[in-house]
Amino acid sequence: MILSPDDLTALWLTLQLAGVSTVVLLLIGTPLAWWLAWSRSRMRFLVEALVALPLVLPPTVLGFYLLIALAPRGPIGAGATALGLPPLAFSFSGLVIGSVFYSLPFVVQPLQEAFRAIGQRPFDVAATLRATPFDRFVSVALPLARPGFVTATVLGFAHTLGEFGVVLMIGGNIPGETQVLSIAIYEHVEALDYGRAHLLSGLLLVLSFVMLLTLYAVNRRFARWHP
Amino acid sequence: MTDRGHPSRSHDSHPVPIAAPARYLLALVSLLIVSHPLADRLNLAVASNFAGAVALLVERFEAQRGHHVSVSLGSTGKQYAQIIHGAPFDLFLAADVERPKRLEDVGHAIKDTRMTYAIGELIIWAPGRERLDLPSALTSPAIGRIAIANPRLAPYGRAAREALESLGLWDDVRPRLVRGENIAQAFQFVYSGNADVGLVAGAQLVAHASAASGSRWPVPPGLHRPIEQQAVLLRDSRAGRAFLDFLRSDDGRTVIRKAGYRVP
Repeated sequence: MILSPDDLTALWLTLQLAGVSTVVLLLIGTPLAWWLAWSRSRMRFLVEALVALPLVLPPTVLGFYLLIALAPRGPIGAGATALGLPPLAFSFSGLVIGSVFYSLPFVVQPLQEAFRAIGQRPFDVAATLRATPFDRFVSVALPLARPGFVTATVLGFAHTLGEFGVVLMIGGNIPGETQVLSIAIYEHVEALDYGRAHLLSGLLLVLSFVMLLTLYAVNRRFARWHP
Repeated sequence: MTDRGHPSRSHDSHPVPIAAPARYLLALVSLLIVSHPLADRLNLAVASNFAGAVALLVERFEAQRGHHVSVSLGSTGKQYAQIIHGAPFDLFLAADVERPKRLEDVGHAIKDTRMTYAIGELIIWAPGRERLDLPSALTSPAIGRIAIANPRLAPYGRAAREALESLGLWDDVRPRLVRGENIAQAFQFVYSGNADVGLVAGAQLVAHASAASGSRWPVPPGLHRPIEQQAVLLRDSRAGRAFLDFLRSDDGRTVIRKAGYRVP
C-alpha cells in the first residue's frame, strides 16, 4: 500500500510545520530559558508557571483561546490586520503560532536545566579572561549546553509533530495548508477508512519512536563525554 | 508496625496502614455503585446538533413519565463506534440515516424501531453583513473564508456540498472553504469571526438567536438530499419505547420544530 497524494501532502506539511515551529521555538526559547536560569527577579516564578501552562491545559483550551485571539477582531488578529497581513486562522502561519505556544515548555525547560547545570563557575572564569557577556554566552554556554539543545530540538519537533487538539480548533482542515497528519488520521478514522488511518498512524509511530531513540542515544554519548 | 504481627518484617512499613483505608474506600465505592438507580434510567446517545432540542424534550418527558434520562452528546460517527464496542446506551438519536441503519443491519439495534425524528435545515449565514445578495455573493471578492462541515464526515457537510454543487458554485468557492469536523465547529468558525460566511444548521441560529444578525439564506430543500436524522432503540425497555413515542407525539414534534428542524 502506498500513500495517496493527499496523505503525502499532509506528511510534508507536518514536517514543515514541526521544522519551522522548532526554529522559532529555539529563537524565542533560548533567551527565555537563559533569563529563567539566571534571573533573580521576583517575576521569574510567574513566567515559569506561564511557560509550563501548555503541559497541563487541554489543547482544546489553548485552541479555543487562539481561535478568539486570531479572529480579525481578536488581539493577535487585529494586529495582523493592522500590519496588512492576511487572516491568521486557517493558515500555516496561524498553526506556527499555535505550535509555538503548545510546545514552548518542551523547549524552554530542557534549555533552562542545561544552563543551570553549567553553574556559575565557567562564566566567572570567562569573565576574568575579559570575555564580554555575549562572548560568554556563545563560547561557554552554547557548547556546554549542547545536550540541552539536542533535547529541546527533538522534543519541540516531536511534540509539534503529534499536535492535534490545537490544529483541530484553529486549522479548518485545508489540504496543503492546515491538514496535518494527525488531522488526516482523525478524518480517516471518522470516515471508517481504517486502512489509510493505519498506514499514517504507523508512520507517525515509527517516526516519533526513531526520533526519541536518537535523542536518548545521543544524550547517552554526551553523558559519557561529560561524566 | 511490629505490634501488628510482622516482627520479622519490621523494616517493611507498607502493608497494614495502606490496607485499612483502602478497604473503607472499596466499601464506599461499592456502596455508591449499588445505590445507583439503574432500573428506570434511560441512557441516550445524541448527535451534538440536537443538544438544544433534546434538553427541552428530556425535561418534558421526565416531568410527564417520571423516568430519569441521561444524555451523552457526541458526533454520530464516534457514538456509532462506541455502540458497536458495547457502550451502555439505550437509545441512539443520530444525525443521519446511515448509522442507525447499519446498527440495525448488524444486530446492535432493536428491529422495527428506527424512525426519522427530525429533518435538518441548512442556512447560509453571513453575520455582520446586512443585505448580502445570497447565494451569489459567495463568489464575491469581498467574502473571505466560507465554513462548512466536513462533507466526508458530517451530514450537514454533505448537504452543503450538494447544495453548492446544485447552485453551480462549488468549484468557485472551493479554495475558500474551511471544514469543521462537524456542524458545531463550522458554526464556531463563523461565530468567532474567523470565517465570513458559513453553511450552518437552522437549529444553531435558533439556539444563538442573539448573535444571528446579518444576512441569511435558507437553502431550499430541493438543492440537496434531505438531512434526515433517525433514532433507533438499542436495548428494549418500556422507558425507551415511551421516549420514541414521545418523539412522535404532537408535543414532541412541536418542541423539535421550535428548535429549528422540520418534522416528518
